[in-house]
Amino acid sequence: MRWNWVYGATLVVVLGVLWLVLSGFWYKPLLVGFGVLAVIIALVLTVRMGLLDDESAPFSQIISFARYWVWLGAEIVKANIYVVKVSLKPDLDIQPVLIRVPVTARSGLGRATFANSITLTPGTVTLAVEEDAFLVHSLTEELADPAAFADMGERVNIAAHESEKA
Amino acid sequence: MDLLSIALSIILDLLSAGFMLAGVGFVLAGTIGVMRLPDFYTRMHAAGVTDTLGAELIIIGLVIQAGFTLVAAKLLLLGFFLFLTSPTATHAVANAAYKAGLAPMLSRFKPPHPRDAGKGEG
Repeated sequence: MRWNWVYGATLVVVLGVLWLVLSGFWYKPLLVGFGVLAVIIALVLTVRMGLLDDESAPFSQIISFARYWVWLGAEIVKANIYVVKVSLKPDLDIQPVLIRVPVTARSGLGRATFANSITLTPGTVTLAVEEDAFLVHSLTEELADPAAFADMGERVNIAAHESEKA
Repeated sequence: MDLLSIALSIILDLLSAGFMLAGVGFVLAGTIGVMRLPDFYTRMHAAGVTDTLGAELIIIGLVIQAGFTLVAAKLLLLGFFLFLTSPTATHAVANAAYKAGLAPMLSRFKPPHPRDAGKGEG
């Protein structure tokens, strides 16, 4: 069980803000008291289970991730329009492919982000996660572009600070 | 209520209606895609359209409708969680199908007539 002040403090702040936003009872002392109690219980449980680490409180990378999400959002919009065009064309013409995408990310956060990003982009879905690669199903050959996947993987590595963890 | 605030509320209403209509359009397009594509895996891609751009556009429209309130904050949280959890669910379904041995159709699918779309082997 490792107690880290930075992770602990960020988790308390995030849980507290989440509670306030979801309940909206900041003017009733009794209910706020219950909220504080709930946050404390959640924190104690997290620490006891040994879950308080970079993965349960990944807020140190929030800025680099925000930048990544903006880029990913634009990619998702482009892919959505492409998939809608392909699937609504009167003369349906698709060529599904399975391709293996090499993955350089080693940390759980980086790998999960990469796999989820591929799935989130319409037209490509991660079917299986392997040791050093993902098996990806793609709706058309055009979407299964190894260079585009490599570019996305590179951006994930930057967002998740992959090089520092090695 | 002066003229300016009335104009502003009309503009916001139109903007939010535009976002929601676009969202509904994408949901509809995704649904039609599910009908037309031939097998499980290709249909999953069309379903992905509804839970990414479709759902998020509707939520953006609702946030504009809610204005600067707690409801808007909750809607934004909802959009954020959807953004994180929908690919996880999609991957779980796709991975289950793949592990269970459902082979993806990997040949070119080009029905000679549009009426034959959606009649794959899957």
